[in-house]
Amino acid sequence: MFTSVDDVSARLAETGYLASPAVATTVFLADRLGKPLLVEGPAGVGKTELAKAVAQVAGARLVRLQCYEGVDESRALYEWNHAKQLLRISAGRDETWDETRTDIFSEEFLLPRPLLTAIRGDDPKVLLIDETDKADVEVEGLLLEVLSDFQVTVPELGTITAARRPFVVLTSNASRELSEALRRRCLFLHIGFPDEELERRIVRLKVPGVDEALAASLVRVVGALRAMDLRKVPSVAETIDWARTLLALGADTLDENVVRDTLGVVLKHQEDVLKASAKLDLDAL
Amino acid sequence: MTADAATTDLAARLTGFVAALRAHGVRIGTGETVDAARAVAALGLADRAVLREGLAATLLHETGQRPVFDAVFDLYFPHAVGGPATEAADREELRDRLADALTADDRAMLARLAVEAVDGLGGYGGAPGSDGWSSYQTLERLRPQTLLARVRDELRARGAGAGFADRLLEDEIRRRIEAFRALVAAEARRRVAERRGREEIARRAVAPTADRVDFLYAGKDRLAELRRTVQPLARKLATRLAARRRRAARGSVDLRRTLRGSLSTGGVPMRPVLRRRRPARPELVLLCDVSGSVAGFSDFTMLLVQALHDQFTKVRVFAFVNRVDEVTGLLVHGAADPEGLSARIHGEAAVAAWHGSSDYGVALGEFAERYARTLTPRTTVFVLGDARTNRSDPNLPAVRAIARRCRRVHWLNPEPRAQWGTGDSAALAYADLVPMHECRTARQLGTLVERLLPV
Ligand SMILES: Nc1ncnc2c1ncn2[C@@H]1O[C@H](COP(=O)(O)OP(=O)(O)OP(=O)(O)O)[C@@H](O)[C@H]1O
Ligand SMILES: [Mg+2]
Repeated sequence: MFTSVDDVSARLAETGYLASPAVATTVFLADRLGKPLLVEGPAGVGKTELAKAVAQVAGARLVRLQCYEGVDESRALYEWNHAKQLLRISAGRDETWDETRTDIFSEEFLLPRPLLTAIRGDDPKVLLIDETDKADVEVEGLLLEVLSDFQVTVPELGTITAARRPFVVLTSNASRELSEALRRRCLFLHIGFPDEELERRIVRLKVPGVDEALAASLVRVVGALRAMDLRKVPSVAETIDWARTLLALGADTLDENVVRDTLGVVLKHQEDVLKASAKLDLDAL
Repeated sequence: MTADAATTDLAARLTGFVAALRAHGVRIGTGETVDAARAVAALGLADRAVLREGLAATLLHETGQRPVFDAVFDLYFPHAVGGPATEAADREELRDRLADALTADDRAMLARLAVEAVDGLGGYGGAPGSDGWSSYQTLERLRPQTLLARVRDELRARGAGAGFADRLLEDEIRRRIEAFRALVAAEARRRVAERRGREEIARRAVAPTADRVDFLYAGKDRLAELRRTVQPLARKLATRLAARRRRAARGSVDLRRTLRGSLSTGGVPMRPVLRRRRPARPELVLLCDVSGSVAGFSDFTMLLVQALHDQFTKVRVFAFVNRVDEVTGLLVHGAADPEGLSARIHGEAAVAAWHGSSDYGVALGEFAERYARTLTPRTTVFVLGDARTNRSDPNLPAVRAIARRCRRVHWLNPEPRAQWGTGDSAALAYADLVPMHECRTARQLGTLVERLLPV
């Protein structure tokens, strides 16, 4: 898929994703070694976005399994279409049961879910297993099976093996430790907050109306906020939101008033706003 | 070297690297080692940063392992520096270039300067570097933290301080300096490793857990990590102190009174009389150097003592750089915000006159004079500091005066014993008057507190 690490950076950049050297290197390796990529990091640093960008670069279909508490096999892997099966059963009254059974457990009545979708067919795919840490532990066992052999066994149909392995990205906010076994299957990538230069470029790319000087001071303030001991420090997503807000307000430089009035865009907790205002010497009112 | 030999060398280095990581508790299977080798083959060796990320991606499984990984990586895959500055680095010249690099936030240059600084200033022993390399010594001589004002003024002159961002400037520079200190520490470790054989040092030189890190070398991150251990450590110590107190309260046999009592039983001691201990808890006074490099140590100790405060009838804490002021109140109210303690002390207490370097003589004298009445025969005094007087008079009479008025004085010194008395350290002179204990890590501090605190 890629010829070099630089090639990864360049092509991701074309889609609007600016990769740090660590990101580019790991994506390159995941492709070369054919291993799933486990991406961890705080919220809003571009984990999900990375999978989307890779799909776009590869001209691949993005298949997304969004994990949540309670997601199960029938949501992740496949399910039989019971309604349709019932219809079929009542329609074919003069068949033997054996005939009917063979028929209703065929592909036609199968509802493939993301994991199955990702390994069927031979078009290129990127499988995004998003927020893996939100799923229950049992689902990990399932992922482990699928990601080891890239095959799925449907008892009534037999084993389906991927003709073409998808590029797999798992993301996690580390709200729960993923099992060691699952981690071992994957290449590991931690995405932290970007350095100043990269974040400036991201802001300029996503919010082109913001000029270099404003982007620079914005990023510096965000950097200062991140160094504070806040309940929730701002992420790239918040930096971008802030830039958009300033643009909408027509503010072309940061000053005390602008920062005070818009700090709520960047910080989500009132106590953080108070703390940051004090540390930034914003006078109350 | 032939291609084959090069491959063998690389394979050996990779296995050594993996073994060292394992020795640090990173669990790595054969599968990952094979992946790592494939990664090296796919990435090549030309770009060290890429190699580092590639190995991290294949060998690690979680974020927490990364600091250990980075330190061990530096040992096994050192910068291919073609020998930095051949002429011995001149301190002032280095400081000038460091100031420039900090001003420009030039990471590559900062990394190079860290190498040069350790090379020029960090060697100790006979010929430079013949016995070892010390990041402590390098930083002590280079004093990067003192470049803050200069870099700030330079950046302001260039307009980086214009408008709102001006108030961010100093903290930004502090973070750059902090990063530079970490680079120096890594470089010193690397050099020591080169001398002693990688395997041995990889085991010993990479600090495994925060409570074993030297206070003096701990960076901001490590100190933050340490602060989080204050409460658990305090709970542990409180339990131990309580146990000691119970044992002590049981008392020992008072032989004289037992024998006197035995007169009524014909001289046969039937009922042993126990010596009762006074139940009142001790009083503690902490006298802390809060200047520059020892601040991390003092901070931590103050927080620990504050967390232990109900073990004492009274705790009073005094801080000094070259003047003394009481900070007990700041500590009590500050328990909720340990991060900001140091800033509050410097902002709200009068601990330093117009210049910023410590003066033990003046500070101890001022304490003996102004606060002598806080000391009683029930008071134990802990003095915290490196006893580096900046070559001013150590004022030994003041220490004697303090010692006379209280029950015990203990001096906790965060420097390695071997450095006591070197340069401007008056440690040995003070150690003649009061017991001085080496206290380099949180672990040592815990042991000392448990042992030395009266119950
Ligand atoms: N390196 C980058 N290049 C371009 N855009 C980025 C980059 N990093 C983050 N972004 C932007 O930041 C925003 C948040 O990214 P994304 O939703 O992928 O975060 P996330 O890490 O998946 O967060 P969460 O854990 O909350 O799901 C997106 O709008 C994305 O475009
Ligand atoms: Mg996401």
